[in-house]
Amino acid sequence: MSAVATQVSHQEKNYLNDENTIKSWLLTKDHKRIAVMYLVAISIFFLAGSIAAGMIRLELVSPRGAFLTNDAYNRTFTAHGVIMIFLFLLVGIPAVFGNFLVPLMIGAKDLAFPRLNLVSLYLFFTGAAFALLALIFGGVDTGWTFYTPYSSMYSNSQVALVLVGAFILGFSSIATGVNFIVTIHKMRAPGMTWFRLPLYIWSHYATSIIIILGTPVVAITLLLVVLERVFHLGVFSPELGGDPVLFQHLFWFYSHPAVYIMILPAMGVVSEVIACFSRNSIFGYKFVAMSSMAIALLGFFVWGHHMFISSQSMYQGLVFSLITFLIAVPSAVKVFNWSLTMYKGSVWLASPMIFALGFMGLFVIGGLTGVYLGSIGTDVHLTGTYFIVAHFHYVMVGGTVMGFLAALHFWWPKMFGKMYNESMAKVSAVLVFIGFNVTFFPQFIVGYLGMPRRYHYYYLNPDFQIWNIASSFGSTVLALGFLLPVIYLTKSLKSGAPAGPNPWGATGLEWEVESPPTKHNFHEIPVVTGLVYDYNSEADEAAWEEEEREMEHVTRGGQH
Amino acid sequence: MNFQLAPDRASNFAGQYDALFYTFSAFAVFFTIAVFVMVVTFVTKYRRGKKANRANPIHHNSLLEAIFMGVPTIIALTMFVFSAKLFVDMRTPPKNSYEVFVIGKQWMWHLQHPNGIRENNELHVPVGQPVKLTMISQDVIHGFFIPDYRVQYQVVPGRYTQLWFTPTKPGKFNLFCTIHCGTQHSEMGGYVYAMEPKDFAEWQATGGNRFKERPKNLADAGKQLYEELLCNNCHMEKDNPRAPSLYGIFQSKRKMTDGTVVEADENYIRESIVNPYNRLNAGYGNQMPIYEYKKQISEEQIRMLLEYIKTLGSAPAPVTTPAPTARGNAAGGQS
Ligand code: HEC
Ligand SMILES: [Cu+2]
Ligand SMILES: [Cu+2]
Repeated sequence: MSAVATQVSHQEKNYLNDENTIKSWLLTKDHKRIAVMYLVAISIFFLAGSIAAGMIRLELVSPRGAFLTNDAYNRTFTAHGVIMIFLFLLVGIPAVFGNFLVPLMIGAKDLAFPRLNLVSLYLFFTGAAFALLALIFGGVDTGWTFYTPYSSMYSNSQVALVLVGAFILGFSSIATGVNFIVTIHKMRAPGMTWFRLPLYIWSHYATSIIIILGTPVVAITLLLVVLERVFHLGVFSPELGGDPVLFQHLFWFYSHPAVYIMILPAMGVVSEVIACFSRNSIFGYKFVAMSSMAIALLGFFVWGHHMFISSQSMYQGLVFSLITFLIAVPSAVKVFNWSLTMYKGSVWLASPMIFALGFMGLFVIGGLTGVYLGSIGTDVHLTGTYFIVAHFHYVMVGGTVMGFLAALHFWWPKMFGKMYNESMAKVSAVLVFIGFNVTFFPQFIVGYLGMPRRYHYYYLNPDFQIWNIASSFGSTVLALGFLLPVIYLTKSLKSGAPAGPNPWGATGLEWEVESPPTKHNFHEIPVVTGLVYDYNSEADEAAWEEEEREMEHVTRGGQH
Repeated sequence: MNFQLAPDRASNFAGQYDALFYTFSAFAVFFTIAVFVMVVTFVTKYRRGKKANRANPIHHNSLLEAIFMGVPTIIALTMFVFSAKLFVDMRTPPKNSYEVFVIGKQWMWHLQHPNGIRENNELHVPVGQPVKLTMISQDVIHGFFIPDYRVQYQVVPGRYTQLWFTPTKPGKFNLFCTIHCGTQHSEMGGYVYAMEPKDFAEWQATGGNRFKERPKNLADAGKQLYEELLCNNCHMEKDNPRAPSLYGIFQSKRKMTDGTVVEADENYIRESIVNPYNRLNAGYGNQMPIYEYKKQISEEQIRMLLEYIKTLGSAPAPVTTPAPTARGNAAGGQS
């Protein structure tokens, strides 16, 4: 697809080994090294969040808990939520794969503001440090939603510390968002017009818009909670003349769109992976691209669906519900287009593709159960129960984490130049899919039965137990599925086969450079002449058959 | 531990709710299967290495895209109409409802019946009679939830919220708090007892009161308190320089110093008591004493005062002056 074929030289140093001092890593302005540091950090946070999740599942096996006190339990689920959302999901795909791929995919040598990118990494570390300090000094017990006046006046935990942390993390995200927007506007290679951009770039563009519009609102809101807590500024507490529900409005004004900050990049990944492994141009390119933009825009007008029963006016609720129904449409468009991309393709079920198909399956269930909650009448019974917990895990874990894993398996060879054990990867994809469903599907049922979320004990209705046992059992399978990649990916770094520039036969500028890429990505800036998804399933099929025949020849030869 | 798949249907909303819930589920199952079948078909038919016709793949089709957008939009709008209707019903309590007052506090539910019966973490209600709950929290936000009734609403400090239902069958049903409210959030629950009307009447007459001295009805208790707290030193039958009259105030229009006109609903009257200087009546200053919230005046007491104030100026008048005149004056004096 690029007119100038890039020269591949294996002798050359790559971004990983170019300079190998600690200082060269810590002060790097290379978007790829920054991405790798993010990857290490968020993997550790994911592990921490998962340990908390495991403790929760263990407690819930019995209606009267297992080994934690009420307070300890409340701190555990808050730690799980805060770590997973602020330190993994919100940063995961953008900070790791966004940083790594945005310049490579548009044919640029780096992001527009490399120094700002480094600042954003350190803001992330600082924010995370605050959150971890809060954990060390006893934790937080408000839930990740920090509802006032509990968080601002009543809670006896490290709320202020963690909120200051979240405030700082907000700036880290804003810096990344600004960087992506400017880069996508200004640094595209010659010929890379807007409608030739990979869909992954479109989804990051949409995400970055949400980040810079929404994050300042939540940052200020969280700061107001801190001020009320510390200086008794009356904003949210009715005893000080404030309005507790105001917090919910401000919080969800950001936190609903934040759901799309987490899911849109995953959708971008899935578009890339499905096109590549179907050997087909993505079906309805413009519709998929524009649906990301539609989601980003509409996403700002539905926050009230978290507050149907919070004393907002009935008419307000009805309008929010109507808009929420409409936002389901662009998501449906994406799913249909992904499916049709496989039509007349040449579908290769490699591990990234299995993760992407897993994403589709889980996201469809997550999305459709979202309809129950966006629908104002049915939400009344389900909000505040395990139904909502199941729903957002389907979207966040089934969607975002599956997308993250698809990305990790797809671009790992590019990032580190090594292939991993493909059969282990397939096992992991299947385990995650099955384990996930066994963990979270029972939660829909127990939620419909009425089990409230954030409940440590449920002896008031012991019938909830059987579903909780099923869920806890599933979580062990899920944990195994998550653990496997840690093993085989780390192993691949040492003993993996060299990947070569393009192990998947994918199109896209990032596949035309070496794996791992050199420090400056491109030796010459490529010139783009057509749409990114320049696949031809028929030709590819023929070529593959040819290759297969040769392989057979070789192996048979070897046996004799 | 039983194997339970669906909550009981024990209120007027449960049937309508479930009809919607299962219709949504039918759509959800249909679309999930549709996508699943489509994916599995394409994956098997066009699997790499399998002979298939791959010539002339299509990459866009405006008609298909229009269907992809059109069909979900139509389905969504239809669903919305039914869902909205259910919600509007849930938010519109009938006039003849039996009203129970609910206070949420860390970590218990306190309930007051109109005739003065009080209970904790238990709510007794008659079958077949609409019941309206007027709810408030004394500390943080709680959520009042009866799964078998399909009703849930937040219980917020500083403002009254409400919820209603008609129990349709006798029995004992779970009551939960659904907004995380601290240490014992998961234990802030209890049971709703729905009783046949005659059992309920008997309960009211005898077993109902768990407290030693049985208070009179809420309004009477309020009258007593009103006098103890010396509200009547300032608030008299007619407007006077000390304070406006409270006769006939409920649901009347009040004029404020900044010129705005406010309807004196329950939230307004409550606010006038706990936070008197927030909105001042036209012609008055910061004169009303502040009764310190939770120290001098509790949420229960505010409710009693409110019930009493509602009776002021309506027949039977507690004082000798003809009520209608008083009412006219009170309303007229403000405008
Ligand atoms: C020292 C005199 C004084 C006392 C005692 C007093 N109030 Fe008031 N009250 C006022 C004044 C003056 C206003 C009008 C200005 C304002 O809105 O605060 C008022 C306003 C009100 C209003 C709003 C009236 C309207 O027309 O909108 C209510 C309700 C009320 N008071 C209830 C009470 C109750 C209940 C008590 C006893 C617990 C009480 N007041 C005790 C002076 C008093
Ligand atoms: Cu939302
Ligand atoms: Cu609670």
